[in-house]
Amino acid sequence: MSVTEQVIQPAANIHPIDNLLRADRLPHILCPGCGIGTVIHGYAHAIAASGLPEDQHVCVSGIGCSGRAAGYVNVDSYHTTHGRALPFALGIAVHKPELKVTVISGDGDLASIGGNHLIHAARRNVDMTVICINNFNYGMTGGQVGPTTPIGAKGTTAPDGAIEQPFNLPYLAKATGAVFVARWTILHVREFQDAVLRSMNKKGFGFIEVLAPCPTSFGKSNKIGDGLHEVEIYRQRCQIRHGATNLEEFDIDLIDDTKPIVVGNFVDVERKHFLG
Amino acid sequence: MSKAAARTIQVRFGGVGGQGIVLCGRLLGKAAALFDGKDAVCTQSYGPEARGGASRSDVVVSEGRVDYPFVTEADVLVAFFQEAYVKFRSALRPGGLLIYDTALVHSVPDEANAFGLPATAIAEELGNRLAANIVMLGFLVGKTGVISREAAEEAIRATVKPRILDLNLRAFDAGYSRAQAEAAA
Amino acid sequence: MPDNAAAARVPAKKPSRVLTGTHFMVGDHACAEGALAAGMDFFGGYPITPSTEIAELIARRLPPLGGRFVQMEDELASIAAIIGASAAGARSFTATSGPGFSLMMENIGLAAMMEVPCVIADVQRASPSTGLPTMVGQSDILQARWGSHGDYGVIAYCPDSPQECFDLTVRAFNDADKYRVPVFILLDEVVGHMAERVVIPPAEEIPIVRRKGPNFPPGERRFLGYAPDDDMVPPMAHAGDGYKVHMTGLTHDEKGYPALTPEIHDKLVNRLVDKIRLHASEIEMHEEIALDDAETVVVSFGCTARSARHAVNEARAEGISCGLLRLITVWPFPERRIRELIERGKVKRFIVPEINLGQLRREIERLTQLPVLRLNHAGGAMLKPDAILELIRS
Repeated sequence: MSVTEQVIQPAANIHPIDNLLRADRLPHILCPGCGIGTVIHGYAHAIAASGLPEDQHVCVSGIGCSGRAAGYVNVDSYHTTHGRALPFALGIAVHKPELKVTVISGDGDLASIGGNHLIHAARRNVDMTVICINNFNYGMTGGQVGPTTPIGAKGTTAPDGAIEQPFNLPYLAKATGAVFVARWTILHVREFQDAVLRSMNKKGFGFIEVLAPCPTSFGKSNKIGDGLHEVEIYRQRCQIRHGATNLEEFDIDLIDDTKPIVVGNFVDVERKHFLG
Repeated sequence: MSKAAARTIQVRFGGVGGQGIVLCGRLLGKAAALFDGKDAVCTQSYGPEARGGASRSDVVVSEGRVDYPFVTEADVLVAFFQEAYVKFRSALRPGGLLIYDTALVHSVPDEANAFGLPATAIAEELGNRLAANIVMLGFLVGKTGVISREAAEEAIRATVKPRILDLNLRAFDAGYSRAQAEAAA
Repeated sequence: MPDNAAAARVPAKKPSRVLTGTHFMVGDHACAEGALAAGMDFFGGYPITPSTEIAELIARRLPPLGGRFVQMEDELASIAAIIGASAAGARSFTATSGPGFSLMMENIGLAAMMEVPCVIADVQRASPSTGLPTMVGQSDILQARWGSHGDYGVIAYCPDSPQECFDLTVRAFNDADKYRVPVFILLDEVVGHMAERVVIPPAEEIPIVRRKGPNFPPGERRFLGYAPDDDMVPPMAHAGDGYKVHMTGLTHDEKGYPALTPEIHDKLVNRLVDKIRLHASEIEMHEEIALDDAETVVVSFGCTARSARHAVNEARAEGISCGLLRLITVWPFPERRIRELIERGKVKRFIVPEINLGQLRREIERLTQLPVLRLNHAGGAMLKPDAILELIRS
């Protein structure tokens, strides 16, 4: 495309995804430097690229900062209870299989209080895409440690640093039966968007972990100055390994900067889905 | 005893799992409620109570309305097994009717209203010992008239699988006829 | 066959949704048949005694009718799934017992707050905790009303027979849709497991009331998902209908958007309560025996009402002035009728037999200074007619 052609394009008054956001709900409640907005942006682009009408898309979320995502996307959207986004979404996906159901929620919501539902939804291979925004802590309630907090990282409920082994979410999702598994960060905007689209276009349970900064609650306690600083960590340490099979080795250690953060589209397999 | 109670008959079937106690209760209740114009309620033991040791199936049949669904004082106790006889003997009202399978209930004291019949043997002669429960049901109906023979047969037709329908009807008849013959004798 | 046979749509061999005819059926099965007859098309549940027979029958009967049966991982998931399915337009149903009912409480609040219709059968067993799993109780009465945090309106039916298990389950679906609330059918183990005559009418004689939807096509203008009509109930649009709804358990405005102010909260919660409270006369059901001149009024529900009915009839035959008020809906509670009886001045006392330690009695004591005699048992067995009769005679 030449520069001249670009110039003669009729000026668009709206951004391509403007109609996919609930503009009347802006400004949002998210903090400066938070990664959730980037995830919503990627989801909206995936909807636009899906080729399906907007009213065929449904967004379900649980509770927490990430759980607020459903409130900003202009599709049928449900902000449910803490941990229960997945079975709620299952009800929709099973009753109306023609709908494209996406769950956007946080690591605490999906892997702690909702952990049982996560493994069972993956086991059943329900047709839905799960976007798990992992910011390593409970952000909305002020920075408590959670099921993904790396060992040694501090939180208000682990002032001397977390001592529990965190979940390696892609490994968990693969082991429990997800047919599409990816991990990206909000630095990888296009790759993330592409992963969401691929999962949407695939029948079965897709699980995408996306690492996102929480400068207000997690960053501050862990010597990660601001959102940009955490994104810089992603840039320095992320290694892309598509199709990697050794997911068990992909624990995330934000403190030890010699360890890579492995990202990529890890699993893309076929298996009979729940209604298949 | 009130009028309503007077028109009520309480039957308890006692045995162990697999003897068709529940089916007996259901058939009796169904026959009374659907084909004899009576009111009937059937209950049974559940869970661990039903799995270990003696289990029961209760039927309350009434010309009026059955409110309390359990057997309080059995007018008839049908015992399929020694242990069930021992467990439920006290539930039988004084002068109540006891019916038992002579092959499986041994130590029955000599009681005026106790009737033993070789139901298992009769069922074996008919081709399948598993039909012993229906022989007992036939005998009960023949002895008490709690439901009509026609209603009982309708209930059997409406309930059991076609493959074993004939066997069950013959088993019912065998029990029923034996009771009639005893009455005539 | 797919590996998830239960969830599959099995090719239909002309299965019948409504089993018109006369049956000899246990209450659990009658409840399940009532749900099928009411058009239930999504069931999510977890096995628990003594409700499992409901799930088992639906697992067999629903898929050939084109509906979905899903055995969920627990009751937290079961209730969430049926709310989700209902949000997508299903008539959805689950069945449980006390422990599972407790687990469902948080999302029952979500259904109330989001105003998503759903029906929950709770076959009560002796409680608390694991209690006596196979034996009767009636101790979930107050939990049904107050179990989730906060104030909200609910409807709860208490069948006393398999026939009512059928009839009231049909009603429960209609009321859930009409008022956009979770509706409970509070069976008990005795009613759930006893077999009795059940008459199922022809399909065309079974009234079906469905929730109202938007009265204009999607896209024409903005649909306000929480703007109530005069009946205080807002029309409901479903996932996939094209209205781009937003639903949340947060306090919300008419668009469904979070609106976190005390004023909006007070208005919303009052409406959730009032839409049931102010329709109580339409919803509430009870049966009366000889109440007109009764000096002793027995108030009862569920299986206990069977014993109470027997005792009252016996007592009247003895010439004692007594009557029975049998609650068919325990919520809404027939407060107006009880006040009428008290104001009329003939009633000298109430007797409340129940298989708990006095849950319903509290409701009556709240309304009167008259003596309210108790007859309680913590659970495991039915109260016998003689015990009630003895108290009536006293």
